[in-house]
Amino acid sequence: MPTRSIDQLLATVPTFAGLPSDWLELVSGCGRNSGFEVGRYLAREGDPADAFYLIRQGRVALEIAAPGSGALMIETLGEGAVLGWSWLFPPFKWSFDARATEPVRAIAFDGACLRGKCDADNSLGYELMRRFAAVMLDRLQATRLQLLDVYGGVAGE
Amino acid sequence: MAALPGSEEATAGRGPMVPRPFRVLARRQETVDTWTLTMEPTGGGTPPAFRPGQFNMLYAFGVGEVPISISGDPAGGGPLEHTVRAVGPVSAAICRTEPGEQLGVRGPFGSSWPVREAAGRYVVIVAGGLGLAPLRPALLEALALRERLAGLVLLCGGRSPAELLYRAELERLAADPRLDLGLTVDSAAPGWSGQVGVVPRLIDDAGFDPAAATAFVVGPEVMMRFTVDALLERGVDPAAIHVSVERNMKCAVTQCGRCQLGPTFACREGPVIAYAGIAPFFRGREI
Repeated sequence: MPTRSIDQLLATVPTFAGLPSDWLELVSGCGRNSGFEVGRYLAREGDPADAFYLIRQGRVALEIAAPGSGALMIETLGEGAVLGWSWLFPPFKWSFDARATEPVRAIAFDGACLRGKCDADNSLGYELMRRFAAVMLDRLQATRLQLLDVYGGVAGE
Repeated sequence: MAALPGSEEATAGRGPMVPRPFRVLARRQETVDTWTLTMEPTGGGTPPAFRPGQFNMLYAFGVGEVPISISGDPAGGGPLEHTVRAVGPVSAAICRTEPGEQLGVRGPFGSSWPVREAAGRYVVIVAGGLGLAPLRPALLEALALRERLAGLVLLCGGRSPAELLYRAELERLAADPRLDLGLTVDSAAPGWSGQVGVVPRLIDDAGFDPAAATAFVVGPEVMMRFTVDALLERGVDPAAIHVSVERNMKCAVTQCGRCQLGPTFACREGPVIAYAGIAPFFRGREI
């Protein structure tokens, strides 16, 4: 798919919407289309995190393996979601498994490529970090709500 | 014509504090600690008419009485239906009641989900955990009125797939073209094909026009607060968001004051209350 199409797709996704067109072109220059069949892994815990994904279609489960319990599903991500921020910070390793539970179409972004562009243009870097921080905040708040186990602790009579 | 809830006719001259004996017809286990009981009046006749969202006081003889939302079909004609979670001695005794045994019933009491008033709009039902039980009558009424609605959305969250209520019914609804169903759980093992995450996150992608949406929300209060925030962020009018406020009701007829939320009696103005009217108290502590 031509790079121009990735530009257009990015402009419709909340995480990237509103970025100037020249920045969208820079970002999309690090992206390529990818697809995953059901059961295929987009990422494995401990592997180098050299990319992140923008999910265009399908669903991905974030999982962690625990002895005796098999894989535990922590969260699912669907259309429009950004998957992965380990590419941003050393040691650049995935913390969880990411498995396609539906056929997935995604844009895979080369982490080193994008970090290089952020280093070269700090304004772009700041704006992307701000937007990724918003994604992290959203996930952190959701995780805190999950940790509360609100359905488990019911007040007595 | 059906008797109006709380009317002299509905209480058959007994007064609102005197329970009416009902015989349990069937007892179905929903989850590890939750059962659905169907009941009919011991002395014959039909259960009183009710509106979606209303509750009864269920009395386990010799143990105590608790408020439990009605979870059956408000169209009437069937037995009284309650889904009860065993969280204390009274609810556990109710859950243990076998077919043929009796419970006392007072009610129905309280306000209701404005399903009919939502004609021409999207009805968005958001349930967390046991919250699906008081919303089930609203769902059934919305399905019956579906042609008059712009759309119908049901979003359900639970602790795990095994702890979702009405699993068989949800599976049927997943294939029902009359509504959009979103299911999510806090955690799951591989094999679960639904979503994993908190229920407010389903709201962003749900198929409704926020400017023409009426939302009904029931669940633990923390879940309701986050859900209301997500609905407001999506653009739903605070006056069109309705929540169920469940407090420690004892008398159900505004005499004891145990269920007061600021100036509001949850047993009379509630349990179903428009968020806009209760917003100052919704996040209040020690209320």
